[in-house]
This record gives sequence, C-alpha cells and structure tokens, in this order.
Amino acid sequence: MIRFLARRLVWFAATLLAVVTLSFFLMRAVRGGPFDAERRLDPTIERNLRARYHLDWPLWKQLAAYLGPINLDAHGARAVGGDGTRVFAGVLAGDFGPSLAYRDQTVGDLLRESLPISLALGSLALLGAVAVGLAAGVVSAVRRGTPLDAALRVVATVFLALPSFVVASVLVILLAFAWPLFPVAGFGTWRHLVLPALALGAPIAANVARLARTGMLETLGQDFVRTARAKGLPERIVILRHALPGALLPVASYLGPAAAGVLTGSLVVERIFAIPGAGSHFVNSALNRDYTLAMGVTIVYCAIVYALNTLVDVFHRLLDPRVAAEGA
Amino acid sequence: MRLVAEFRPAILAPMSAAGRSRTLRRIVFLSGPGLLVAATLAFGRGARLPRADCAFVNGAEPATLDPAVITAIPEGRIVRALFEGLVVRDPRTLEPRPGMAESWDEAPDGLAWTFHLRRGARWTNGDPVTADDFEFSFERLLDPRTGAAYASQLFCVSGARAFATDVDERGAPRRSFETVGIRARADALEIRLDRPVPRFLDLLACPQFSPVNRRCLEESRARDPDTAEIGWLRPDHLVTNGPFRLLERRPNDRIRLAKNHGYWDADHVAFETIDALAAEHLSTIVNLYLTGEVAWIDQQPADLAVRLARREDFHSAPYLGTYFYRVNVARPPFDDPRVRRALALAIDRSAIVQRVTRAGEQPLYACVPPAMPAWSGASMEHAATFEEDLVEARRLLAEAGFGPGGRVLRPISIQYNTRESHKDVAEVIADSWSRNLGIRARLENQEWRVFLDTQRRMDYDVSRSSWIADTADPYGFLEIFTTRNDNNRTGWSDPRYDESIARAARAVEPERSEALLEAERILLAELPILPIYGYATKNLVDPRLGGFFENPLDEHTPKAWYWKDR
Amino acid sequence: MSGTGVWERLRAHRASWWCILFLGAVAVASLAAPLLPLPSPSALALQDEPAPPVPPWRELVRHGFRPEFADLSWTDARLTELRGRVFGDLQTAPWLGTDAKGRDLLARVVFGSRTSILAALAATLASLAIGVLFGAVAGLAGPRVDNLMMRTVDALQSLPFVFLVIFVIGIVNAYRAELSERFGIDRETVFYLVIGAVSWLTMARVVRGQVLVLRNAAFVEAARVAGASPARILARHVLPNVLPVVVVTLTLTIPTVMLTEAFLSFLGLGIEPPKMSWGILAADGIEAINPIRIAWWLVAAPAVAMGSVLFALNVLGDGLRDALDPRTRRS
Repeated sequence: MIRFLARRLVWFAATLLAVVTLSFFLMRAVRGGPFDAERRLDPTIERNLRARYHLDWPLWKQLAAYLGPINLDAHGARAVGGDGTRVFAGVLAGDFGPSLAYRDQTVGDLLRESLPISLALGSLALLGAVAVGLAAGVVSAVRRGTPLDAALRVVATVFLALPSFVVASVLVILLAFAWPLFPVAGFGTWRHLVLPALALGAPIAANVARLARTGMLETLGQDFVRTARAKGLPERIVILRHALPGALLPVASYLGPAAAGVLTGSLVVERIFAIPGAGSHFVNSALNRDYTLAMGVTIVYCAIVYALNTLVDVFHRLLDPRVAAEGA
Repeated sequence: MRLVAEFRPAILAPMSAAGRSRTLRRIVFLSGPGLLVAATLAFGRGARLPRADCAFVNGAEPATLDPAVITAIPEGRIVRALFEGLVVRDPRTLEPRPGMAESWDEAPDGLAWTFHLRRGARWTNGDPVTADDFEFSFERLLDPRTGAAYASQLFCVSGARAFATDVDERGAPRRSFETVGIRARADALEIRLDRPVPRFLDLLACPQFSPVNRRCLEESRARDPDTAEIGWLRPDHLVTNGPFRLLERRPNDRIRLAKNHGYWDADHVAFETIDALAAEHLSTIVNLYLTGEVAWIDQQPADLAVRLARREDFHSAPYLGTYFYRVNVARPPFDDPRVRRALALAIDRSAIVQRVTRAGEQPLYACVPPAMPAWSGASMEHAATFEEDLVEARRLLAEAGFGPGGRVLRPISIQYNTRESHKDVAEVIADSWSRNLGIRARLENQEWRVFLDTQRRMDYDVSRSSWIADTADPYGFLEIFTTRNDNNRTGWSDPRYDESIARAARAVEPERSEALLEAERILLAELPILPIYGYATKNLVDPRLGGFFENPLDEHTPKAWYWKDR
Repeated sequence: MSGTGVWERLRAHRASWWCILFLGAVAVASLAAPLLPLPSPSALALQDEPAPPVPPWRELVRHGFRPEFADLSWTDARLTELRGRVFGDLQTAPWLGTDAKGRDLLARVVFGSRTSILAALAATLASLAIGVLFGAVAGLAGPRVDNLMMRTVDALQSLPFVFLVIFVIGIVNAYRAELSERFGIDRETVFYLVIGAVSWLTMARVVRGQVLVLRNAAFVEAARVAGASPARILARHVLPNVLPVVVVTLTLTIPTVMLTEAFLSFLGLGIEPPKMSWGILAADGIEAINPIRIAWWLVAAPAVAMGSVLFALNVLGDGLRDALDPRTRRS
C-alpha cells in the first residue's frame, strides 16, 4: 500500500507539472490581457504594469519564475513590493503569486478564503446526497416492483435530467420566497448553505439512488443472502449487514466522479447564490486573464481530483483483493 | 451496471460479509471527521457577522481599494466612502463642495488655485490631514510606477505630463516632482495649471484624487517588505480620512465599512456599519433586494424591467452614459459615409428602448447624452418618424450603389461582448437591417477581453460600445474620437474635428461650448459611430432609506444615507 | 454469439420498446423540423411579456407564418419551401407559450433539439471511437503500458474542463475568420469537438476496468490457449462482452453531455444566437423564475424536453443492459 501511494505521488507530481505547463501556455495563447479595459490605459502605464508582473519576460522565464523555487526577480516580488532579499519564490516555495485582477490580494489569500467555503458546501452536498440517495436506492430495491419503487425511480431520473441551475431557481422560489425558510443568497451562516447544497446534491443523489438500487438488487440475488435468509435472520439484519455492503461498493466507486461533479456544479450554484467559494474563481480568473489565480485554481483542482481518484483506487484495493492483485 | 460488473469478483471473494462491512465502516468513520474539519474551517474564521445597519449591492468585487489605481464604478463607491479628497460632490446637485479643503481661491487668470485645508481633519491613525499628504499623493499618482490610469486627467497641471512620461529605463521619472505645479505651503495646497480648466473642481472631486497616508505606506513596507504594495490595504492596516473606515473585507462576499468617528462631519453620518455586497448574477441581485437583504440595487434582469419599473421604489433618471456601435471606417463599404448614415437611420431606437431595455432609456441621436446638464447639443439629422428615416436610408444606399439592381452589400458582422442585453439589442438591429434594408447581419459574441482586443485591432465591421462619463462635461465624450486617441478605435480621422477639440481644450466659456458643438456636428455628419440610446439609471431603493438622490452621474455615497423611521 | 436473442428480448421489454419509439420520433421531428407546421423559431415579435401557453384544444392553428430563418442549409431551405407549399401560412398556435421576444417556444424546442442531438452524437462518436479502443488496449496490454495510459487519462481529467472550454473557444474566436473560410469550422463545430474531447475519458476508464475483469475469464483463456491472435481475441471475445458496459455508459454519457451543454450556455460559452439549443432555452428560462413574474413555461418546456429524452435514454439503457447481460442469457 505504501509503495502504491508513493508511486501515485510521483505520478501526481508529473501530472501536475504537465497540467500547469499546458494551462500556462494555453492561457497566454488566448488574446486579451489582464489590463485591457474599455478606457485604454496610457501606453507607459500599461508597460509599467506588465513589467511589474513580469508579463514582458519571455514565456519560459515567466514559467520558471512562477514555478520557482529560486526567486528570479532581481528586485524581489515587485508586484507586491518586495525589496529583492527573497531567495525563494514561486509555487515550489509555497507562493502562488499576486492576483492580477484582484490587485489587493495574493492568490494564496484568495484560495485560503474561498476553498474552505467550497469544501464545506461540497461536503454538505455530497454527504446529503449520499445519505438520501442510498436510502432511496435501498428502499427502491427492497420494495422492487411496487409503486413506491416506480415513484422513486421517476423522481431520480427527473433530477438526473434537470440542470442544476433550474433546480436552484425552483428551490429559491419554493424555500426562500414562498416559505421563507432560508436566505435567498449570500454567505454567513449554515442556513446560507442549505439551498446551494440541495441544488448541488440533487443530481448526485439521483445517481447514487440508481447505483445503490442496482447494486442492492444484484446482491439480494446472491447465494449468501439466500443463505442468510434461510438461516432465519430478521429481514432488517439481512438487508443492513449482508446486502448493504454490496450496494455500497458501486456507490463508493462513484464518489470520485461525484466529487468532481460537485466541483464543476459549484460554479453555477455559487454564482446563483452569491457564495464566495472557489468556483467563481475558476470562471472569472479565466475570463479576466488573471493568470496567477487561474494557475492557482488549476493546481488546486488538479490536486483535488487526483486525490479523489487515488482515494477511490484505495477503496478498490481495500475491498477487492482481485483488483489489488491485477493492478500491482 | 459497469461498476457492479467490476465488483462481481469482490462479492465472490473470500472476504466475509462482516469483514467488508467492517472495512466500510472504518472508511466512513475516517472520512467523517475530515468533512467536519472542512466545515468548521469555513466557519471557524468568525464567519458569523452581526447584521450591518445597511447593505447594498455594489456589483463586481472591487479590484483594488488604492485610490490612485481605481478605474471602475464599484471601486469608486468604496473609495468615496473611505477617503475624501480636496473637494466632494453634493449628493443631489453634483456641485463641488468643500471636502478636505475648507475653501479655495482661484486666480483671475484661472491658472493658479490655492486650497485651504480644513483644520482638525485627521486620519484614522490620528495623524492630521495636511497639504503634504496631498502633495505626496499627487506625486504618487503621477509617478508612472504606480500605474494610475487617471494620471493623464491631471496633465492640465503644469509639468505633470513631462513628469509622468519622461522616464528612464527602469520606468522611474527622470524629473523631480519640484517641476510639477503642485506645492504644499503650510495649511494650503497650491496648484498651477498650464491652461484654464473650466471644471477643475469637478475633476478634483473624482475619487482617484483622494489622498493616502504616507505613514501607512511606510509602516507597511517596514512590516513586510515582500507585500508592501498591498499590505497597507488590509483592513487592519488601512488608514483613511473619509466618513467610513474599512472593517472587514471578504473577497466576492462583502466589504464591511464602519463609521469613522474621527471624521470631521461624523455627526451627519447615520450608519455605524454598512455592507457592500459583491454579486453579479442579475436574478440574485433582484432576489436580495426583494427579500430585504439589501436596501439598494442598481441592476436588474432586463425582462423584469417593465414590472419593476411600475413599482414605487423604482427610480430612473437620465444617466451620463451612451450606448453606440462603432463602425470600422477603414473597411469598405463602411468607408462610405452614406452607408454609415443609412445603417444609423435604419436602427429602430424606439423599439429598442421600449421593448428591449425598457428602463427609461432615451433614443440617442448624438454623441453626448441628453442628460448632460447645461448642454443643448447637436443631433444627427433624422425625420419625425421611423418610416421616413427608412425611406431616406434606402435612398442613401441606392445612391451609394447598393440599392435594388446595384451591388449587394455583404453580410455585416455585429460584434458584442457576451451579455444577454447586448445580444437582444443586436438581434433587433440585425432584424431591422434585414427586413428594411435587405442587409444580412451576423451576430458574433466574444468574451470581454477578446472582444476588447478585436476592437483594438480594428478586426470588426460593427462593434458594440458604451461610454460613461466621469464628470458632467461633454468634452469627455467628444475627445475620444480625435485622431490619435487610444479610445477612437474606429479608424475615423478628421482634421477639422481634431482642430475643434483642440480649440475647446484651450478655451473658456462660451467659446469652449461653441467649439465642442461644432465638433459634435462634424461627428454626427460623418457618423463613425451609430448612436443607439442614452443610459438611464435603474435604482431600486428601499423607501425607508433617506438621503438617496438621483443625479446624472448616478453617484451615491453612503455618507448621506439614513433610515427615515429611526 | 452476441446477436442471438437480444433483439427479441428487447422487444419483449415493453418499456424499452416505447423508449425506442419515442427517441425515434424525437430524432425524426428534429430532422424534419423545417417541414413541420410550426412558427419560425427566430421570428421576433417584440412584446412586453412572454405569453402563457395556449392549449391545442383552445386554439389549434393560426395564420401569419413568417418564414424568417437564420442561415438555413440547402436541405433545410428545400424543406421550408415544401412546408410553405403544403401548409401555406398556417402555423400552430403557441401551445407551449412564447418567450419575452415573441418567439414560439414549441418551435424553439423542436429546432433546439438539433443542437442537443448533435452534441450527443459528437460525444457518442468520440466515446466509441476513442474511448473504447483506448480502454480496450489499456486493459489488454501489459501493466506498464496500462499504467501509462491510465495516468494520461488521469491527467486529462485533472484539467479543469471549464478552463479548457474558455480557452479553446477564445482561441477559436480569435481566429474565427480564418477558420471558417479555410476549414469551415465555426464556433458550433468547436463546441462539439470540445464536448467530444471530454466525453471519451470516462468510457476509456470503464472499458479498461471491464476488460481487466474479462481478461481472466475462462473463455478468453481458452481462446488464448487455442492460439487465437490478440486482435482476434479483442474482436471476437472481448469487445462483444464489453458491449453491455459500453452501452450502459453511453446512456450515462449522453445526459452528461446535454447537461454540460446547458451549463456552458448558462456561462455564456455555448452556442451562439440565433442558433438555439435546449441548454440556451433553459438558461434563458431561469431568468424567468423570480417572485415578480413566474413565466414557468419558459423553464418547463426545455426541462420537460430534456428530461423526457434523458428519461427515455436511461430506461432504454436499463433495458439494453438486461437484454445484453450474458448472465441472464440462455444459450
């Protein structure tokens, strides 16, 4: 297991480097710079600004300065007022650089403020979705063929088919205006996170329900479940202790893509509910040509997705010795 | 399902059911605390803020709070609340009023101004506000290394242009600030101008010309040289002299301002705390207002405009902004002014303002918006009805060789930046050109920065534009179409126009207005731009909020606000 | 081996059969859209408010068809002519209501289905062509090649999709003129390419997992012992047994593609007007959901359209899985 994780870490570093380099060049390839505005800047000022953020350096040098760890700026981190004494700078030294669009903040500041919020929202959405979806799927499987099963399946498919912004708008009308239970937007208390979590989690819950139902049905048809029943165990024990793990396995495997889906879904939900999470930074940094923030967000996103995939693979190995033997 | 197929071996695997469920339980228990940690992180920072006395939606998150560097309206609002310059604008009439300067003297030739600073005015760190602060701040503003976009507005000050543009290879000014006509003498600040500037006080009231505290900057540099340029802007370090101070700043969430009790006019500031929320999605902004979370919003979704406009709390007034299409006069067939005029005449402006924008905008037939005070303005020649305009448009096209039987005008591409309202307007215009003139038009939306870049490169046929005024001066609208102006971007150049504008820059009333009028007439005869409509403000204001006044610059400062029923 | 009995069993599954019919009808309606007696989806009739739906029993048809379309292809133009001759100036009444600019919603839904279907097709083709092959090769190859290939998939999945879209679309916009003149690629084509570029990743991963499992199955061992070449094993033994997984994953991919299209439209990165898609309709529609005036039909129409198609795909997917599942097959 340790060797497996170590190898994954090495691959992670390689992947990250590739992703960072690719994003770096992609971003510079698109037209439009971070200091463009309807009212044009004086050319001298524009030149100064670009120099301050090293945008006049050759691309390879900009990339090297961004990655670090050696400080390539003879005058220190000029954009934020350094005096040239810093030896280490760049991502490898833990410095994501100043934001180009939010000139008062460093990328580290912005991420530090917004990531916990997105994580909280995402975990809330995921937990809720898994709980609700699992319950619905198990009930659906156990009561297979009944109207309840049909109703649950229809509801699940409906939520799979609706874009999250539609669900979000309906939720706002129902739970913020018709019955004013929750605030309509903004952030500050746990109540502000409920509607966004519901909107984010709805398609996840629907998928989990389908997966759990299918997994449960498969397991319920297995011999060992029949054996357990034949032994006279109460139905609830049979379902919860013997059949449920079989339903959990496909769900556990789905958690990776589910979390990634929560990450992307949060872009829309955070915009609609004005939640100051990292999702808005994704889109806005690319649109604003905020190179450093976009790179920082890319790195974080990459790390999260990679970590999730690794986690899921770890689950696989723990639960399925055969796959463990294969993948070695 | 693929995943079940994958795991079928697992179910048959020798691991017992109890063992599997044990492992799963372990996993759940391990991940649970992890998620709880994430949740507490989000709230652990003291996320729970007590409600502010008043809140409003500011729009996009401000890029910076450094007065010298700001350009956009959301930033201007916050800076006006935090800082105060020599002169401020009256909230109702926009007339210049004493700010940090108690009084001022203007020399008879209009070239020298002396501002007497208010005694007893202090910064939030206790320092008195002195003329030295202003000299320091103006030097900082004009220094090209600061990157101040509005430095060029001060080039009327003697020596300013040379100081700001004559730089060495490191970008530092070669001349000393002694060569610039801004000097602090005891309690007064003296400013010398190159030429008389008729609305100089109005210019000085712009938030970009607010002072900054030198000690604050120096302490920031001493504290952490690596982040000196931005460290001083943090809430616990920022030193201000305006009606409010910076209490909290949460990017993309809110900026919380607290009353500055040391402010000279603090007795008239009603609110202890104010929140400026950052929100961009229009539906969300309206929802925040309708649930009472905020007291003022200035944007709404376009298709709600009609319903909202009927409300009591909706206030609309003409605004000093214009919406127009730039035409690339370097590209045939747009080099023919008859074609441009035909296109301009065939725009159904009343349909656009009544059916698309619907918030009180006015059809525009000029370059300077009708909201401009004390300005009669020239107007593009047009008939009384749209149908007559269409007749004239068709006649012009025929004259230019594109009529029936003549050449076919190639499809025109209308470029706009990605926004629903721009798309709607473009669709109406394209529809009109197609139905009435038989000209096909393609709509091309581009993301904002690419759009700006395309416009700058003159890689367009017709490109959507708007211009918002900083001061109530027609010069600002007209000077951008001179030949070498960076904001021209149409390829249009007319020496008579340039000459009129140059004359206006040097003259005083009434010659100044005459020169500007002449320039506008030339512009509207040539039509390198197609005027469409003049903006109107769209403010939804809580009826309980007092001290809120409509004005043509749509400037609203929280200093004057109060709750009516308290 | 794989074809026997599948068709029969599928037909026996009533629900799947209805789904096939429904999806077929959608496809036909979409292709023949200009032929149907619908109002033009681009005809602007600026009015103050969106008009609510008028049920067909209240008003079936009305006059005043305006043949205003943007950019019709040759076949569409011929179809429109034919429609003019057959139906004259009759058009359906606004059974689904109109939007804020007076455009009939039913027409927009029908014409918008084309974009959604094209996007789904693009994703499907990319998934099948690239994903299946990639995954099968990875599954059958040795552990080192497999590892390399899967790590590539990981890396590609780690790239934030939204960035990729913004940049690719930005780049295409920048060179729009050259691209459309020389290669005939416009924003829409790029959009489909981008969708396809992201959809094959999941398929590759899934196929590889299934192939890994199959590799050790008895019949594959038998074929290898019997001396069959790897290509033959791939074609005759592995791929047919991967089919159920592929089909089922497709029925999950297509909904994802459609939702991605809606998501991109919401962010303003999707199809450009005057072209329409269900995503654009849904994104326009949510502006209509607010407490001031609820024009519910603007959201309901695209949501029901998208929902029913995805529902049908899911049910069909379940049915196909049952029909193709080798375990429930009796030889």
